[in-house]
Amino acid sequence: MKRKTEVSELIFRIVAYFILIIFALMCVYPLVYALSAAFSSSDAVNGGKVILWPVGIQGKAFLYVLTDNVFWINYSNTLFVTFFGTVWALGYSILGAYALSKKRLLGRHGFNFFLVFTMWFSAGIIPQYQNYMQTAQIFGSIGITDLKWTVVIAMGMNATNIILLRNSFEGVPSEIEEAARIDGATELQILTKVYIPMSKATIATVALFFGISRWNGYFWAYKVIPGEQRYSWPVQVYIRDFLNEYTTIANGGNVETMDSWNHPFATTSVLYSMVVCAVIPILAIYPFIQKYFAKGVNMGGVKE
Amino acid sequence: MFKLKCDDFLIYDEATGKYSMSPEQQVRDETERNKWKSTGFGILKDWRLYAMLIPMILVYFLWKYMPMYELIGCFKDPTTGDGLHVATNRWTGLRYFQQLFTDATYSPQFWRAFRNTFITAFYGLLFGFPMPIILALFFNEVRSNVARSIMQVCVYLPKFLSTVIVTSLVLILFRGTAAGTQSIGVVSKVFSVFGADSAMVEQGLVFTTKYYRAIYIISDLWEHAGYDSIVFFAAVIAVSPTSYEAAQIDGAGKLAQMRYVVIPSILSTVVIMLIMKIGGLLSVGYEKIFLLLGTGMLPAGSGGVAESNYEVAHVVSTFANELSANDANKAMGTAAEMLNNLIGMILVIGSNAIARKASDVSLY
Repeated sequence: MKRKTEVSELIFRIVAYFILIIFALMCVYPLVYALSAAFSSSDAVNGGKVILWPVGIQGKAFLYVLTDNVFWINYSNTLFVTFFGTVWALGYSILGAYALSKKRLLGRHGFNFFLVFTMWFSAGIIPQYQNYMQTAQIFGSIGITDLKWTVVIAMGMNATNIILLRNSFEGVPSEIEEAARIDGATELQILTKVYIPMSKATIATVALFFGISRWNGYFWAYKVIPGEQRYSWPVQVYIRDFLNEYTTIANGGNVETMDSWNHPFATTSVLYSMVVCAVIPILAIYPFIQKYFAKGVNMGGVKE
Repeated sequence: MFKLKCDDFLIYDEATGKYSMSPEQQVRDETERNKWKSTGFGILKDWRLYAMLIPMILVYFLWKYMPMYELIGCFKDPTTGDGLHVATNRWTGLRYFQQLFTDATYSPQFWRAFRNTFITAFYGLLFGFPMPIILALFFNEVRSNVARSIMQVCVYLPKFLSTVIVTSLVLILFRGTAAGTQSIGVVSKVFSVFGADSAMVEQGLVFTTKYYRAIYIISDLWEHAGYDSIVFFAAVIAVSPTSYEAAQIDGAGKLAQMRYVVIPSILSTVVIMLIMKIGGLLSVGYEKIFLLLGTGMLPAGSGGVAESNYEVAHVVSTFANELSANDANKAMGTAAEMLNNLIGMILVIGSNAIARKASDVSLY
């Protein structure tokens, strides 16, 4: 059955397409611009000639970043923090969420409240900072002087993720658990052999939530790791430091012609090259994780 | 003469003149005791389950609840202790709260930060809330799955970029010539075409009181609107096609279908998300504001601090963070942020309670 398309429908659809396309282009444009500016000549970048495509192509800015040792040390720190931070957070989150998902757990509501309260109220920046400094001191006193470990262990908690896992575990039919128990499985075996395989999608989502927030983490790493220990910085702190250092007026006027910068490419090209390097891993996994995120969001924290 | 009310569990022995427990009650007591015993055994038998909780509880206790203990620092003089442990500080009572509300320097700054927190949050809600819904409705209009997927991939993307990268892009794309470069940022150019004040474009729009909020909100929309549309889109595609057909047969045009079919169907999702947003109103992303306020890329003559920007950008968190640079002000900063977070908590709990009442849906 073919129906005559009404005028109102047509107009609505045209408007919808128009706005969506504009918005979608807006969302990718800054990244395209960053990529183009990274490979454009100093004159083109400083003269505002780069709009979409690279103008006066050069690869030296990118090469400058590729050969910047501190950048790559910090890059490896980010990889380190992302990997261990995700494993650590996922470890205690899965164990805790599994226990919380059990109706027979005494004081279940109390433990839930303990968790959820941290979503409602946070102590704030100053107490949190004091706490991290104490943690760093204790870690130092037992021989862990690298502040990366403070970042890995003490940061990146997310109660929403635990609740997501808990809800997913609650969805596993209890008959399967009973069957496993009759077969003589221990609690840990039930978790690893029954629950984890059955909640793979949620665990992947939560792992990605943890991973992305670790990869992108800036503020606390910046606060806790001082400039003297810049070899322990994650790459985000380095990028921001570069932005402050080389593209600011506070450091003496026109930095593009500053004495300290006598390279044939603009400082902003270097910055954009760093941005490109920092975004590439996310862009690389993004197509694969996109559907998980959509699923994860819809599972939501909403209950009952 | 008078009969005891407790007949059902006591028996009166005429011979000895003593009361004793009735057999029924003895059985009841025994079951009660066994219940507690079996609970104890349950915990013992289930110790593995409880052990699984320990790492999570420990982590949350050490790094979420211990900072809350540090809050007592707002009643203590931060210069008296060892600077690391709040317990070593001397008690001062409410002095720092008093300072926060009456001090000639800090009180206006605090109220400014408090006002900015509300205004930033309010604008964020006003523009940030409808946008994802509109996007979701529009996505529903795209008939081709491939085209829709491509557009969705594009609009979700900014969510995954780090705050550092987003703010770097904002600072550079909106920069003015005053920032020591020969050209204005690409997006500044677009703004100037649409009639932005040229002097302000020169200065860098992010650093002007007039445009800061607009840029903040736009960049927030850019970051989150696409991703937030996921939830609404799921609600929109859940609307049964038969509803549309029925509406069409009744002669409903596109807008009427929106009005009478789609909007009522997604209303519950909208209400929940709105309540959620209101709950998180005061926890504005301080990381982003901190980075936008940073000393980088400032206009000439500002001496490294964008004071003009502080007027509209400073929120309570960044205000507290700034205070913490000076040891003597730490307690005041703690007090300021605690007040903010307490109000935030009341908003969350209140909105959640309303949600529970209104729709039987609650978040927690």
